[in-house]
Amino acid sequence: MVTATPTPKKKTNRLGLELPVYRGSKTTLCAGCGHNAISERIIDACFAMGIEPTQVVKLSGIGCSSKSPAYFLGSAHGFNAVHGRMPSIGTGALLANKNLVAIGVSGDGDTGAIGIGQFIHLMRRNLPIIYIIEDNGCYGLTKGQFSPTADVGSTLKTGVVNELPPIDTCALAIQLGATFVARSFSGDKKQLTAILKAAISHRGTAMIDVLSPCVTFNDHEGSTKSYAYAKSHEDPLEELDFVPYFEDIAVDYEPGETQEVTLHDGSRLYLKKLDERYDPTDKMQALRVLHETHERGEFATGLIYVAPMTDDFLTTLNLVDEPLASLPEDQVRPPRSVLNEIMASLA
Amino acid sequence: MPASDVAVEERPTTSSVEPVVNDFSIQVATVNGSGSQTANLVLLRAIFQMGVPVSAKNMFPSNIAGLPTWFTIRANKDGYVGWKKKTEILVAMNPETAREDVLNLDPGSVVVYDEPLKLDSVRSDLVFYPVPFNTLVGDVTREVTLRRRVRNMIYDGVLSRLLGVEIDQMEVALRKHFGNKVKVVAINRAALDAGYAFAEQHLEKRDPYRIEPMDENQGRILIDGNAAAAIGCLMAGVTVVTWYPITPSSSLCETLIDYLRKYRVDKETGKASFAVVQAEDEIAALGMAIGAGWAGARSMTATSGPGISLMGEFTGLAYYAEVPAVIFDIQRVGPSTGLPTRTAQGDVLTTAFLSHGDTRHPLLFPCSPEECYSMAINAFDLAERFQTPVFVLSDLDLGMNTWMSPTFAYPTKPMDRGKVLDAATLDRIGQFGRYRDVDGDGIPYRSVPGSSMPAYFCRGSGHNEWGQYSERADDYQKNVDRLLRKFETFRNWMPAPVVEINRKAKVGIIAFGTTHWAVVESRDQLRNEADVQTSYYRLRAYPFRPALASFIERHDRVYVVEQNRDAQMAILMRLELRAELSGRLRSILHYSGDPIDARTITDDILVQEGYRVHYSAADGVIPHDAGVGGE
Ligand SMILES: Cc1ncc(C[n+]2csc(CCOP(=O)(O)OP(=O)(O)O)c2C)c(N)n1
Ligand code: SF4
Repeated sequence: MVTATPTPKKKTNRLGLELPVYRGSKTTLCAGCGHNAISERIIDACFAMGIEPTQVVKLSGIGCSSKSPAYFLGSAHGFNAVHGRMPSIGTGALLANKNLVAIGVSGDGDTGAIGIGQFIHLMRRNLPIIYIIEDNGCYGLTKGQFSPTADVGSTLKTGVVNELPPIDTCALAIQLGATFVARSFSGDKKQLTAILKAAISHRGTAMIDVLSPCVTFNDHEGSTKSYAYAKSHEDPLEELDFVPYFEDIAVDYEPGETQEVTLHDGSRLYLKKLDERYDPTDKMQALRVLHETHERGEFATGLIYVAPMTDDFLTTLNLVDEPLASLPEDQVRPPRSVLNEIMASLA
Repeated sequence: MPASDVAVEERPTTSSVEPVVNDFSIQVATVNGSGSQTANLVLLRAIFQMGVPVSAKNMFPSNIAGLPTWFTIRANKDGYVGWKKKTEILVAMNPETAREDVLNLDPGSVVVYDEPLKLDSVRSDLVFYPVPFNTLVGDVTREVTLRRRVRNMIYDGVLSRLLGVEIDQMEVALRKHFGNKVKVVAINRAALDAGYAFAEQHLEKRDPYRIEPMDENQGRILIDGNAAAAIGCLMAGVTVVTWYPITPSSSLCETLIDYLRKYRVDKETGKASFAVVQAEDEIAALGMAIGAGWAGARSMTATSGPGISLMGEFTGLAYYAEVPAVIFDIQRVGPSTGLPTRTAQGDVLTTAFLSHGDTRHPLLFPCSPEECYSMAINAFDLAERFQTPVFVLSDLDLGMNTWMSPTFAYPTKPMDRGKVLDAATLDRIGQFGRYRDVDGDGIPYRSVPGSSMPAYFCRGSGHNEWGQYSERADDYQKNVDRLLRKFETFRNWMPAPVVEINRKAKVGIIAFGTTHWAVVESRDQLRNEADVQTSYYRLRAYPFRPALASFIERHDRVYVVEQNRDAQMAILMRLELRAELSGRLRSILHYSGDPIDARTITDDILVQEGYRVHYSAADGVIPHDAGVGGE
């Protein structure tokens, strides 16, 4: 697919593909919705990383957020599943073809409420998937009810106050075994793009909770998921620089201030620490920071936890090299001698 | 060992009554967890090896240890393998149920029992054989745990002597059961011999029941339906198995896992050509199967009623999005707790229409292990051919009980992967539209993620024939009408019924699944006892074939026999039949949790046919006034 771009000098990535190849159909979400900005960042990251779109599967549940996979990577396969059950569809797809690059998009309701069970088991399996929660603290598609990530005291447009404590999906993911856990904000272009690129380089579950304000139902004063609130309460843990494995760039950095993390595919992530003690490979510290920032009414963003070299679920299954889906008949139907042997054992 | 030598020479003397040879049931009443399963299976297999047709039913409670279970072996020279309510020989090992078990017997029946239970004081019209199990087992071994394990082998030894089940065949069966665990075989054999010797010395044969060798079991195996289905899945080339444990379906996946590990792991690399995931629940199990089916794998799950309920939403999605998956439903009685370990055919309507919106699903109804095997293979082909979930409806009786079966035939046809788009096809059809009916059969082409074919966005109800998002009324209607056309195409791809037309018959019988075995026997009873001639239509699949209507047309009255309260299959038929044919349907319903038996069917048909039926303890039923069978 070649689309004319207005710029005279056509920019291509390492596969020779242009950016528009990574776009999807026109969004039908509200203008200004955080979810649209996230789709843009996914497009940027996949383009920059030179992902082959035909090898990507886009997965989602149900919600405004879950509609968004239609708006990026139009030449990739997609599956808009049922509410809260994207993890199982993604698991099945990857079992069938372990070479696929899986990008899942969910909402805070889709994940935190109806889908919390599948979310939990996805995290503990460490399935190689990028799992993005587009977190607006409410149910957009059903017109603004509270979701389980809404903070205590946050209000609906109608003035109703949320009384129940929120689920922190990042803390949960870390505790359950996810090997790449990040939080970001749809308005933070640079950070979100770096995190997405790093997630693409990771092998295992990359769980990214992205604050993504719902401009229609949850962007008012009194909401802790509004643009204004997010902007003023974001607490970045580090500045992120991502260097993909296919680019030969040397980076100078001060050892004490910056931490280098080598990801599964050889790409490197440089974390310029804003709090010099922070180490994202330390699980307990990650959980503590999440807790402390939350207590202060802020939210920590950046790469919160990473364990880059843990075996993922598909590796532990020890599958043959070729995708199961395309194995020929002689590799999946045992010969007559096997049936004879089984029959003899039962005679 | 010497015991068996004696047995050959000198059979126990029979009393004056006519001998009853190879036509009776032995019921062993124990508590579960007491290790009686080995003794029961060895007895079953020994009779099987003697060439006598046998069947077995295990009636067990929903717990792990300590509650009553009844294992019934039926030997039948005529080959009837359905459930029979009447038991001729009771082995009473369970103090809790012994009295009631004895009271339930017909006069003349035989009771082998644990001596301290003093059952001979309960009734005087039975033949009692007291056996001092504890004393006998004490002589076999001193080890307490071993005693517990081999105690039950003693009744096998006693029955061997009393009934003439060859003790050498029992040893063969023991070896089959335990493989090359020589010591285990030896101690069990010692217990067998102890029972045999005791019977020989202390029990005078006073009953007419005898097992005598026949030659009916050449080329046959003993197997349960779940294992048979597992072998079918193996041979079908299944690649993704996702499941959540539930009785009575668990053993299907567990057996399959064993076979997959044995036969589908590369010997050199240790790598598997399959993936198995025990999911967090049935929703996830089916979600994974659908995800895998969408991405091109041959995927399956197995469950029972409660799991089917949970799978409702996903089944609807797969129907609309047109994704293949094979779902085994090993049916059991309704919600837990209660009777989850009892059999039923109660999921017919649920599965046929599972989910929300307009949905219909193809169903397969195996009646035997052989069909569990062949229909499993067929199910994968159908699911991929029609790009839709296919249900295989077995039941607890078929899935978990041991049946005789002919050996299974190796698949003759290559796997049918259905209409998966490739470059040549794309050339031929021009442009790819995921939901376009190119061939006029309602079945579109699909592309698979990871292939280089054009992609599409898979979603529920809102898409046009190009696979684009659409909420337009005409797109929606066009699509669901095509789905219906696709469903019509199934009809002639589904397994054909097995039909037996009796030209003299005014009465037709329709049955499916395990009900078949009781119907076979009942038709003979109807003919022999009341001269009622019947034709028989054994349904093997839904959607029905046009032959169903023609069958009903040929008969004045047609009895649909099924194991549920609500006449679910009859209802499904009525949805399609013209009113005049619908009016000819009558129902024979059985829903106690026990498998259906021939007597129940025969009596019910005779009553509905206008016969007066009265019961006699000895003969079951005597028809009178064989008059008209009208309305
Ligand atoms: C089984 C089921 N229950 C309820 C719904 C209705 N529903 C659609 S979207 C949604 C909530 C979506 O909220 P969220 O995941 O936060 O996504 P957002 O729309 O806010 O992006 C609900 C409850 C549904 N589609 N399916
Ligand atoms: S309702 Fe809210 S979440 Fe949905 S599209 Fe509009 S702004 Fe986004």
